[in-house]
Amino acid sequence: MIRLAVATAICMLACNPVAAKAKHTRHHAKLKPAPVHHAKLKPAPVRRAKADKAVSLSTDTLKAPTRYSDSDPGPEPQLAKVFEQIEQNHLDDAMRQIDALINAYPNFRLAHLIKGDLLLARARQINTIGNMANAPPGKLNDFREEAIARINAYRDKPLANTVPRYLLQMQADQKYAVVVDTRKSRLYLYQNDKGTPRFVADYYISHGKLGTDKAREGDKKTPVGVYHVTGSLPRTKLGDFYGPGAFPISYPNEWDKRNGRNGHGIWLHGTPSNTFSRPPKASDGCVVMSNRDFDALAKNLQIGLTPVIISDGVEWLSLNDWQAERESLDKQIEQWRNDWESLDVNRYLANYSKKFLSDGQNIAQWGEHKRAVAGSKSWIKVGTSNLSVFRNPGKDEIVIVTFEQDYRSNNLSNVMKKRQFWQKEDGRWKIIYEGAA
Amino acid sequence: MITPHFSLRTSAIIIAVALQSLAPLAQADVYQDVGKLIKQGQFSQALEKTDQYLATIPKDPQARFMKGLILTELNRTPEAIVVFTKLTEEFPESPEPYNNLAVIYAQQKQYDKAREALETAIRTHPSYATAHENLGDIYAHMASQAYDKALQIDSSNASAQTKLAMIRDMMTSSRPTSARPVGKTVATATAAAQPAARPEPVVAAKPTPAATTTDSAANADAGEIGKTVTAWAAAWARKDVKAYLAFYASNFETPNGESRANWEGERDKRIAGKPGSIEVSVENLKVVMNGTNRATVRFHQNYKAASLKSSGPKTLTMVKQDGKWMIKQEQAGK
Repeated sequence: MIRLAVATAICMLACNPVAAKAKHTRHHAKLKPAPVHHAKLKPAPVRRAKADKAVSLSTDTLKAPTRYSDSDPGPEPQLAKVFEQIEQNHLDDAMRQIDALINAYPNFRLAHLIKGDLLLARARQINTIGNMANAPPGKLNDFREEAIARINAYRDKPLANTVPRYLLQMQADQKYAVVVDTRKSRLYLYQNDKGTPRFVADYYISHGKLGTDKAREGDKKTPVGVYHVTGSLPRTKLGDFYGPGAFPISYPNEWDKRNGRNGHGIWLHGTPSNTFSRPPKASDGCVVMSNRDFDALAKNLQIGLTPVIISDGVEWLSLNDWQAERESLDKQIEQWRNDWESLDVNRYLANYSKKFLSDGQNIAQWGEHKRAVAGSKSWIKVGTSNLSVFRNPGKDEIVIVTFEQDYRSNNLSNVMKKRQFWQKEDGRWKIIYEGAA
Repeated sequence: MITPHFSLRTSAIIIAVALQSLAPLAQADVYQDVGKLIKQGQFSQALEKTDQYLATIPKDPQARFMKGLILTELNRTPEAIVVFTKLTEEFPESPEPYNNLAVIYAQQKQYDKAREALETAIRTHPSYATAHENLGDIYAHMASQAYDKALQIDSSNASAQTKLAMIRDMMTSSRPTSARPVGKTVATATAAAQPAARPEPVVAAKPTPAATTTDSAANADAGEIGKTVTAWAAAWARKDVKAYLAFYASNFETPNGESRANWEGERDKRIAGKPGSIEVSVENLKVVMNGTNRATVRFHQNYKAASLKSSGPKTLTMVKQDGKWMIKQEQAGK
């Protein structure tokens, strides 16, 4: 008699062939390991546990609650369990788990796809995620990438005692900061805890179809840089496509414009009502979040204030290194302030780069102007307050410094919001742009 | 599409019970006639005849089973469901009505119900091949539904309709458990309804292991047959359909009583049309000579293709035609 021995070697993501020991059940009698597609998904060493012990900071504010212990931990824990069960060949358990996941997130398409795989595995051998015949291969690949992104983010969480390098100093009134990692398809929310960024939550996100480093209008890329939320568009003004709303950000910023980058309309926004999440690379350049995540994030955003820093690979600094970098910049800014007050124009100009440009003035014109006004000055007092310092993602070592400048002198006083771009040149931070913010 | 599956044999306990208490010959005639009408597609007449018969012997399970089939063919699905459901209730140990219920449910896209019915069928007969194959199909369809949700598309129109196998008889060859060796006799669809299909095996020739035979001619034949079977398996494995089909006798009895051409077409599709490679191997081959021109060959067949792996006993009835051993009957099972 023919006995149907359905070989169901599901080797989806994190399949460990060694673990694929045959478990005989009625419908999937023979399980054998299949060629592995898990190169990208080797479970990352779980570093958090170690990190928790290694927290050496004087304050204990950095024992951050993780996204995954929140009341709404997102689908990742369940998804990770599904893959774990698949790895262990507990396919019936995996099926129950995926049903629970679909129950919790009915529009989570990736979960439906995996359910299809688990069902199909009972009929025939399958080797990867998404075994649907005749499906557009690009779409299946999108799902695989989403699965990889979510599982990796879950297994490889940032260490508890590290912070994104970019958040060097938040303004006192900036309650939160947003850091987006397009490579990991993840958005991190940090709270300003008396100047120290404290991790609040992280969320899966999608970014531009054609990647990052936006340069041109319509290039379907997400910009990389330091921006902030500039407005809020309510649901009523948008189509269903954007979900509960949208927050435009300040692309292109001064540095983008100076580098000839253009385009507009880069938003943080949600998803259509029938879509829990979109693939990692899906938008025309916007950062797209699940609607529930968007709603959770929206509560914390301050229009015109909350920084949104987008990177294609967040650099994490230990708190000690972060502290050192922050201090060196503070020192440099203080130096600039003192040099300006010294009335010595050469000392003052030593803070500026040869590449300096501001409103069409190059360093020579800038210097000339400063020398011209210097003669009439008997004293200058410069106050800086509400200072923020954010490092620009990328290999050009650039930081963006924003502050309230309170300028007083014997013949002129004014208060303005000022923004400077500093770049490290030969080991020293120098100003390459300065202007009103 | 309903694929007929009615080569048969096996216990047919239900039928046997019925036969003992009632007039067997009249019954057999009715089954035969109705079977013929079904084959010819004359479902209304078939139904009429079955109903007439059931008017006198309302409990007859085989006739009711046939009625269920006819109703299915006539698209009188709710009535067919009632017939098969009643049979499952009265004969919970028989997998066939469950299987057919499942086929109907699958046609209605009620895959969960179909799956349940098949799982019950398999519980009663764990190695019931048709139900396993059907269950595989059901899972594939459920998978397809899940994929549709994933991709937010509706492929229901594009996807192939279920091609699950409807069992044609409550006694089927693909039901293994209580199968007894039948020796050289293989019941045909009509013969099965006759007493030959009773649990008592009708063994014409006592199986004798080929090895113990002292007759040298028989030995030579046994060796020849062994080579033939090996070559047959090899042709199958290399997907050489032409060579494979050449192993079958001109009077080969197709498994489901279909025409030779249809059967060949089906084999061609299954073999040449199969993606990936096929492996077929033959183990523990035993030849029993039934006279000089006829032999029963039993062996363990291992089959492996990309989508299916199966292994189990197989029996070939072989005849010598023009000096060559050819396959006259092929059966899974002992």
